[in-house]
Amino acid sequence: MRHIISVLLENEPGALSRVVGLFSQRAYNIETLNVAPTEDPTLSRLTLTTIGDDSKIEQIIKHLNRLIDVVKLVDLSEGSHVERELMLIKVKATGAQRAEIKRTTDIFRGQIVDVGSTLYTIQILGTADKLDAFIEALGEATIIEVVRSGVSGIARGDKALTL
Amino acid sequence: MEMLSGGEMVARALQDEGVEFIFGYPGGSVLHIYDALFQTSKVPHILVRHEQAATHAADGYTRATGKTGVVLVTSGPGATNAITGIATAYMDSIPMVVISGQVPSDKIGEDAFQETDMIGVSRPIVKHSFLVRKASDIPETIKKAFYLASTGRPGPVVIDIPKDITNPAEKFEYHYPDKIKLRSYTPTVKGHSGQIKKAVKLLMSGKRPIIYSGGGVIQGNASDYLTALARALNVPVTNTLMGLGGFPADDPQYVGMLGMHGTYEANTAMHHSDVILAAGARFDDRVTNTISKFCPTAKIIHIDIDPAAISKTIMADIPIVGPVDVVLKDMLAQVKEYNSNGEVSLDHGAIEAWWKQINEWRDAHGLWTAPRYDTTTGLIKPQQVIESLYQTTNGEAFVTSDVGQHQMFAAQYYRFNKPRRWINSGGLGTMGFGLPAAMGVKLAHPEADVACVTGEGSIQMNIQELSTCTQYNLPVKIINLNNGYLGMVKQWQDMQYSSRYSQSVYEDSLPDFIKLAEAYGHVGMKVDKLSDLDDAMKEAFSLKDRLVFMDIYVDRHEHVYPMQIAPNGSMRDMWLSKGERS
Repeated sequence: MRHIISVLLENEPGALSRVVGLFSQRAYNIETLNVAPTEDPTLSRLTLTTIGDDSKIEQIIKHLNRLIDVVKLVDLSEGSHVERELMLIKVKATGAQRAEIKRTTDIFRGQIVDVGSTLYTIQILGTADKLDAFIEALGEATIIEVVRSGVSGIARGDKALTL
Repeated sequence: MEMLSGGEMVARALQDEGVEFIFGYPGGSVLHIYDALFQTSKVPHILVRHEQAATHAADGYTRATGKTGVVLVTSGPGATNAITGIATAYMDSIPMVVISGQVPSDKIGEDAFQETDMIGVSRPIVKHSFLVRKASDIPETIKKAFYLASTGRPGPVVIDIPKDITNPAEKFEYHYPDKIKLRSYTPTVKGHSGQIKKAVKLLMSGKRPIIYSGGGVIQGNASDYLTALARALNVPVTNTLMGLGGFPADDPQYVGMLGMHGTYEANTAMHHSDVILAAGARFDDRVTNTISKFCPTAKIIHIDIDPAAISKTIMADIPIVGPVDVVLKDMLAQVKEYNSNGEVSLDHGAIEAWWKQINEWRDAHGLWTAPRYDTTTGLIKPQQVIESLYQTTNGEAFVTSDVGQHQMFAAQYYRFNKPRRWINSGGLGTMGFGLPAAMGVKLAHPEADVACVTGEGSIQMNIQELSTCTQYNLPVKIINLNNGYLGMVKQWQDMQYSSRYSQSVYEDSLPDFIKLAEAYGHVGMKVDKLSDLDDAMKEAFSLKDRLVFMDIYVDRHEHVYPMQIAPNGSMRDMWLSKGERS
């Protein structure tokens, strides 16, 4: 099963490499990864998605917790949560395709953020599934470039990952 | 407040931390620090002949004392040479602080002379590491390093210090903190009381219980509690390779080491047990044999300070996270409570039957109940050398070892009654560990007998340290089981590769170890007759202030038995001799 693990990390040089190194060292899998500072400049928030059975996820969480730079973490998939990923996608858009792509973008509630004579750049926000569905809806032939932010998430309700 | 340079701060902080020895080797990036040591430090520095030996010596010192070892090396090759020793300490959870020099801050990343990304290279084999960016951070960083290395599950910590940070011309206020707190690091200090109650109930209601005690019991100073608990319940105890001495070998409840070369009775008892109390042990693959066949009828209680060690390979039925000494102490109190309130009582009849069974196994194949090797060949058997060492030193010596057959013979035949007496590289299996480790032990315990049991293969991996022993007058005894082969490699080649000795034979290339020892100013002794063995051993240990290199020619074709059958064997599946299986 896919899990979203969200980590509060000391904002120190080398902290990220310890997390990434742990995954390669112990042959765990990272599907997506993103990291950025928080409102507290001493902390970064790192979110990663990984796939594994319960015992593997338990080991991943234990080993992450063992890293000195990891302050706190949560497996968001264990409770209800909001999940978002941003995608920028550059597609070929000529002739009749231009209207078709615009319609598809609207259906997915995306925005065209850059327009050229033969190209659109589209921004889409949503769950990873939704972004996958959009790519499928476009058809591969038109795609020039895809950039995805990786999954970010936050727990619903009162739960919060703070110090 | 006192004003010190970065280099002086390193020297002073180590002194303020109470460091007894620094093991190291100078070089360009650490010259400022070495100059500060020369001018200001009261901490003795041991100049090794190779940085790997510095880490092993610090490691040996730590295993024998429980105090954190300290290593100082330069950048580049100095740092990379230390890597094997850091990995050795990491695998066995040994606290160590390694200070490495680094090229000046403004040169980092430019492929400068003797530059290596030490933080990157060491990352997977350290508990934590620091790259120091300002001199004023040095005291706190060193305090943090010692705190991290020695608490929780111990391990090595690297501090990488660029040369400009130690510049003698720039002085800063020095204050060494008494205490340190890290918001992201709070090791558990006590086991969960509910879990402890459940564990004691399960253990006391066992009909075939066994205690499996590991290196955590040694490192966590929990031997006394473990011993008291085992005796209170009359439960058999097996120690791991890392845990030898955690429960006294002379105690009748001791069933010997377990695992790949464990005793028949320990492995068989594990297999048939119904409750296993694993204390400070980590179900290493050299213990469990095939995971799916591991102890099919046993419920498992697992005590470990590191949550990640629990249910990593073998699922624990009752996990207890906490310091093993505190947890065992609480378990002992719980036993007394159950005994007095009668809520749980031991099944004495079942325990008696269990002991009857174990004693039958012990009488049939135990290593100490009768010689299990051929005593009629007239050759010196390696097992006899260890027996002789044991007799000569009254079982009181500190014994270090390298890796291979000699290590297993020492583990099987030297009967360790106290913790911290058996010092070997269990997890990483580092050849070249024994001699430098013995130096660290001898520095810590100058009056004690210190023996390094080794082989002609392993000893050559750090033999240059004979010179260090000369410089600091470290009269350790080197027991070289010389069979002219890489013995354990040969044993596997005999058993699995139809005796094709691919690169495990030295032929006529071995040095004259006697002359070599003498060249360094030590005593060499050649022993090639069984009848000379005991007298030579006694003579070697009577030379209190001399390093003696005993080059002992043993049966070249002896194998270590028992040996678990792998792959696909269970714990009880063993070769008992060249022709006999369990």
